[in-house]
Amino acid sequence: MSGFLESTGMGFARAITQAMLSEKTARRRGLLQSLDPRVRVVGLFSLVLAVTLARRFAVVAALFAIAVLLALCSRVNLLTLVKRVWLVVLAFTGVIALPAIFVTPGRAIAAAGGVNITEQGLRTAALLVLRVETAVTFTTLLVLCTPWTEVLKALRALHLPKEAITMLAMTYRYVFLLVETTTQMFESRRSRRVGVLPAAEQRRMAARTAGVLLSKSMEMSNEVYLAMQSRGFRGEVNALSEFRMTMWDYAGLLAFLLTGGLAAWMGK
Amino acid sequence: MHIPDGYLSPSTCAVLYAGAAAGWYSALKRLKRALLNRVIPLISVFAAFSFVVMMFNLPLPGGTTGHALGVTVAAIVLGPAGATLALSIAIAIQALFFGDGGISTLGANCFNMAIVGSLVAYVVYRLIAARAALTSRRRVVAAAIAGYLAVNAAALLAAIEFGIQPIFFHDASGTPLYAPYRLSVAIPAMMIGHLTFAGIAEAVIAAGVVAYLQVADPGLLRATSGLAQDASLESTELRPAAHSLRRLWIAIAVLMLLTPLGILAAGTAWGKWSPAQSPHAANRAPAVSAPVPMVPQGLQRLSKLWTAPFPAYAPAFVRSHSFGYLLSAVFGVGILLCLSLLAQSMVERYRRRGSSA
Repeated sequence: MSGFLESTGMGFARAITQAMLSEKTARRRGLLQSLDPRVRVVGLFSLVLAVTLARRFAVVAALFAIAVLLALCSRVNLLTLVKRVWLVVLAFTGVIALPAIFVTPGRAIAAAGGVNITEQGLRTAALLVLRVETAVTFTTLLVLCTPWTEVLKALRALHLPKEAITMLAMTYRYVFLLVETTTQMFESRRSRRVGVLPAAEQRRMAARTAGVLLSKSMEMSNEVYLAMQSRGFRGEVNALSEFRMTMWDYAGLLAFLLTGGLAAWMGK
Repeated sequence: MHIPDGYLSPSTCAVLYAGAAAGWYSALKRLKRALLNRVIPLISVFAAFSFVVMMFNLPLPGGTTGHALGVTVAAIVLGPAGATLALSIAIAIQALFFGDGGISTLGANCFNMAIVGSLVAYVVYRLIAARAALTSRRRVVAAAIAGYLAVNAAALLAAIEFGIQPIFFHDASGTPLYAPYRLSVAIPAMMIGHLTFAGIAEAVIAAGVVAYLQVADPGLLRATSGLAQDASLESTELRPAAHSLRRLWIAIAVLMLLTPLGILAAGTAWGKWSPAQSPHAANRAPAVSAPVPMVPQGLQRLSKLWTAPFPAYAPAFVRSHSFGYLLSAVFGVGILLCLSLLAQSMVERYRRRGSSA
C-alpha cells in the first residue's frame, strides 16, 4: 500500500524530473529555443490569449495544429506532450465535459440510454476539450523550451514589478531546497518505521512534517535576509539585462502576433 | 481548484486579474510598511513552503487522498497580506514553471485561493480563536474551521465563475463557449468534492500545524493571535487597521456632508415606494415605476405599523430640506455608533468574564 510518505515522495520526484526535463529540452537547438526569451514569452502568451478568444472550433483546431508544429520544430518529444499534457487534459477536462453532451439544451441529434445527445452539447464539449488542450500545450511549450532564469528575465522586460520577479526567482530556488529537506525528513522517518501506519497517524505525521518545515522555513528566511543584508541589500533590486533582439527575433515576434491576431479575428 | 486555461472567457479573466492586482498591490504596500526589506526573503521562502505543502498527498477518512492549499497556515502565521502574496507566488510558480494551472486564469486562481482564501481563513480564525491563549485547544479548532471554510469559499467562487460562463458566453445557436454548466450544476458539482474532501484536507493540515506549533514553536502563532503588540508581523495587521479606522472616520464625515446630494435625485428610489406613491402617477419615470402595477395589499396594511421619526429623511421641524438631510445623517450615524459601542462593551465584558473563569 502506498502511504503518505511514498505518494508524496513520488510527487516530489515527478516535479524534479519535470524541471530537469525542461532544462534539458530548453538546451536543444530548435525553433522556439532560437528566439529571444521575451519573444517566446510574449508570443506564446498571445497564442494562449488567441485560444481563449477564438469562438470557432476550426480556429482552435488550427491553433492546436500550430502548437504541434511548434513542438516538432522545437524538438520537443511528442510522447512527452502526450503523457504530460494531452492524456492528462483529456482525462480531467474530458470527464468534466462529457455530461455536457447530454445536459446542454439544444437540437437532439441522437439518443443514448434514454437521454438525448444534443448538437449544442457535442459542440460545447468538443470546444472545451480542444481549447484546454491547445492552451495547455502552448504553456507547456513555454515551460519546456525556456529555462526558468530566462522566463524571469523576460518577465522583467515586460515591466513586471522587480519585487515580484525577485520573489518568483527566490521561491523557485527554495522550492527545490525545501523539497530536498522534506525528502530527507521522509527518508529518516521511513528508516525508523516498521509496517504500514494507520491513516490517522499518517495525517498526524503530515501535519507534524509541515510544522517542522514551517519552523525551518521561517528560520531560513531570517538567515537569507541577513545574508542579503550583509551583501548590501537595501530593498532595491537591480538586474542585468543581457538580451539583444535580432532580425530573426523581430520576425518571430511578428509571426506570433500575426498568428494570434488572425486567429482571434477569424475566430470571432 | 486550479482553473486551467480555456475554462473562463477572456473578459472574466481580465476582471479577475484586475481584482487580483488590487489585492496584490494592497498586500505588498501593507507588508512593505511593516517589514521593509524583509518582505522579499520572508514571502519567497514562505511561498516555497506553501508550494511544498500543496504537494502533500494526505490520506483522508474514507480511504481517499487529498491535497491541502496551505492558505490557512499562511494566514495564521503571516496574516492575510503575507498569505495573499505567498500563495500568489506559489500559484504563479506552478503555472509559469510547471505548467500547472493556467496563464490566462492566473488572476482568477490567485483571486479565489490566495486573496479570498486567506481573508476567509484569517477572519474565521481570529473570530473563533478570539483572545485565547497561544496554547489553547480553541486555536486548533479555529484553524480547522478556518481551513475548511477558506477552501470552500475559494471553491464556491470558482464554481460561480464557471457557472456564469454559459449565461454570458454562448454563440447564436446557444452553444456555451467556455465552461458549459450553469450555476445550478456548477455549484453542487464543485462543492460536493470540496465539502467532503478538499476542505477536510485543509482543515487537517491547518489544525495539525497549529497543534504542532503550540508545542514546538508557539512564537510563530503570536503574530495574528491578537495578544502581542510588539511583534513585527503583528504590526502588519494592527497598524494598517488604525490607519483604516482613521480613513473610515474621514469617509463617514465626507459621506455625511454629501448626504444632501440625495435630494437632487429625481423620483423615488426603486422599490422604496410608499402606498401613496402610486406607480400610475404620471410624473414618475417609466423605468422607476414599471414593476408594480398596483399597490400590494400587504404594503398597504404594513405601512401603518411604523412611522419613522424623520419621515423622508427630514425632521418635521426643520424647514431646509438639505439641512434636514444632514441632520438625519448625523443622527443615523450616531445611533449606529451607540449600538456598536454597546455591542463592543458587551463582548468585552463577556470576554473578561471568560478569562477570569
